[in-house]
Amino acid sequence: MNIHEYQGKEILRNYGVSVPNGRVAFTVEEAVEAAKELGTEVVVVKAQIHAGGRGKAGGVKVAKNLDEARTYATEILGKTLVTHQTGPEGKEVKRLLIEEGCDIKKEYYIGLVLDRATSRVVLMASEEGGTEIEEVAEKTPEKIFKEVIDPVVGLTGYQARRIAFNINIPKELVNKAVKFMTGLYTAFVEKDCSIAEINPLVVTGDGNVMALDAKLNFDSNALYRHKDILEYRDLEEEDPKEIEASKYDLSYISLDGNIGCMVNGAGLAMATMDIIKHYGGDPANFLDVGGGATAEKVTEAFKIILSDKNVKGIFVNIFGGIMKCDIIATGVVEAAKQLGLEVPLVVRLEGTNVDLGKQILKESGLNITPAESMADGAQKIVELVG
Amino acid sequence: MSVFINKDTKVIVQGITGSTALFHTKQMLEYGTKIVAGVTPGKGGTEVEGVPVFNTVQDAVEATGANASVIYVPAPFAADAILEAVDAELDIAICITEHIPVLDMVKVKRYMEGKKTRLVGPNCPGVITPDECKIGIMPGYIHTKGHVGVVSRSGTLTYEAVHQLSQAGIGQSTAVGIGGDPVNGTNFIDVLKAFNDDPETYAVIMIGEIGGTAEEEAAEWVKANMTKPVVGFIGGRTAPPGKRMGHAGAIISGGKGTADEKIRVLNECGIKVADTPSVMGETLISVLKEKGIYDQCKTH
Repeated sequence: MNIHEYQGKEILRNYGVSVPNGRVAFTVEEAVEAAKELGTEVVVVKAQIHAGGRGKAGGVKVAKNLDEARTYATEILGKTLVTHQTGPEGKEVKRLLIEEGCDIKKEYYIGLVLDRATSRVVLMASEEGGTEIEEVAEKTPEKIFKEVIDPVVGLTGYQARRIAFNINIPKELVNKAVKFMTGLYTAFVEKDCSIAEINPLVVTGDGNVMALDAKLNFDSNALYRHKDILEYRDLEEEDPKEIEASKYDLSYISLDGNIGCMVNGAGLAMATMDIIKHYGGDPANFLDVGGGATAEKVTEAFKIILSDKNVKGIFVNIFGGIMKCDIIATGVVEAAKQLGLEVPLVVRLEGTNVDLGKQILKESGLNITPAESMADGAQKIVELVG
Repeated sequence: MSVFINKDTKVIVQGITGSTALFHTKQMLEYGTKIVAGVTPGKGGTEVEGVPVFNTVQDAVEATGANASVIYVPAPFAADAILEAVDAELDIAICITEHIPVLDMVKVKRYMEGKKTRLVGPNCPGVITPDECKIGIMPGYIHTKGHVGVVSRSGTLTYEAVHQLSQAGIGQSTAVGIGGDPVNGTNFIDVLKAFNDDPETYAVIMIGEIGGTAEEEAAEWVKANMTKPVVGFIGGRTAPPGKRMGHAGAIISGGKGTADEKIRVLNECGIKVADTPSVMGETLISVLKEKGIYDQCKTH
């Protein structure tokens, strides 16, 4: 799960990680009020959307007085920002972070991620702050330093010091940097983060080490033990179809094509998208109904697929393990009856109770094209959609 | 012979009184798996499906001599269930449970260092040695005994591959689902090593997907060490970057972990990759014929 920058900073503040003072604003008036309250000469007006690259897209402005703060807030609120992470349609700005300006001496990068190769959390840091870490990794990999963290002892003092010295934090500020990193790591593990990225981390003229930006992502599997984090969820930042799907415990992702897919198992669902593309079609979605789906859940999955106006045909590809084919068939028939199916439907069933499933489809009298294998099904739906 | 499990494996079902566990306990018993005990804290002394239930894994091991466990415990408690299996020094613990918080698994992995137990999963379909022992949730009837090893990150794609093989008359030695999570107990290389050492396995299908670099590392290992032919498939060629495709492990991030890159490395390492998931079986058969071992692998 993603949260906004201002929310991330709120969390970090509670862990003793230094961040600039700031307030969230939903209207221009609130933004001006926030700037007044902060009382600093310079404030920064920052668009709050769930995507990076805001600065380049004109979503971050430095205001030298209240009038400028008002002008920038008016300009940015309601604006659609297009960044490399939003896709071409962009994202509308509905919240602003108004933050005190600070005297930046130098920018750095600090990040915590799970490293799959070592099965540990890794602290990454670089002197090249402000640019994308992927870019640094590509051009100057020698400028990235890593510390692999043992979960038994956590991030140790010497590791944090080693990082601080390696990225050339001024030596009188090394202790502050260590405190910063330790707080960040504690927040990461206590809140079950999947990513914590501070880009840039800055050293200021008045001798502070602080997070100028904060990107925190959370492990959705751990949200059950973090009700406070769930409160931060901003549904307006998510795809409505994906929200609907998550209510029914369906794993759904919108794509650009016109062939709706319903599959059990994430691997098979991905492979189904691949095979549709292979035969010249274009999948409209990724949808894994999971192993324990009921007929009702299958019906809901169908409704979500059909709510996408681009969908010109549907391919159901099921290999029943825990999932029984007769349950899928019953759900498909029920959905088709309820919703009045107007697009071609190709169904491939295999696995547990397959004969029963095929019989249910056949006896339904519905216009369903059966497929013998996943290749056969993919070819048929691509042909039918045309 | 086979890898990891066989007809003598004695299995404990952890969380046996849950509905999913009960259903699959029945299925495993029908398949012929030696389920000797169940564990549910507080239900010790009772019996389900003719299987005695114990309060702790240790009690179950002491009473029955079990050497394996399968875990169906709900995600919030699953990491603890794995630790309990490891503490009881079982040979193998197979964790079916999905949605375990990843930082729980980081701790589990650390705890397991230097310990005896092999963990398979979590978030996996299990392990099956056809006609001998089925531990997990896979449909038993699609499997046939034979000489091809299958290893995969995805459950349903494993079924797909096994089904294609069985239909073409090619039996399997063992099929291992290693699971779709970013932190898991057994990786591709562990399984490939076991297949390489198993005299009954003549060839291997390795099924990977986008995300991470496990497939690339496995391919390098195959190139350097494997004496048996390996074919592959990589799911997620058309997946968009930054989106998590169901499995927590299946995400393309920062240009890393793409299907194209994986396929390139597999090919470079001499692993033929099936173009589509529906030709995994065919691709293997073409390689078996090339190597002149098709007749040995043809079981029915």
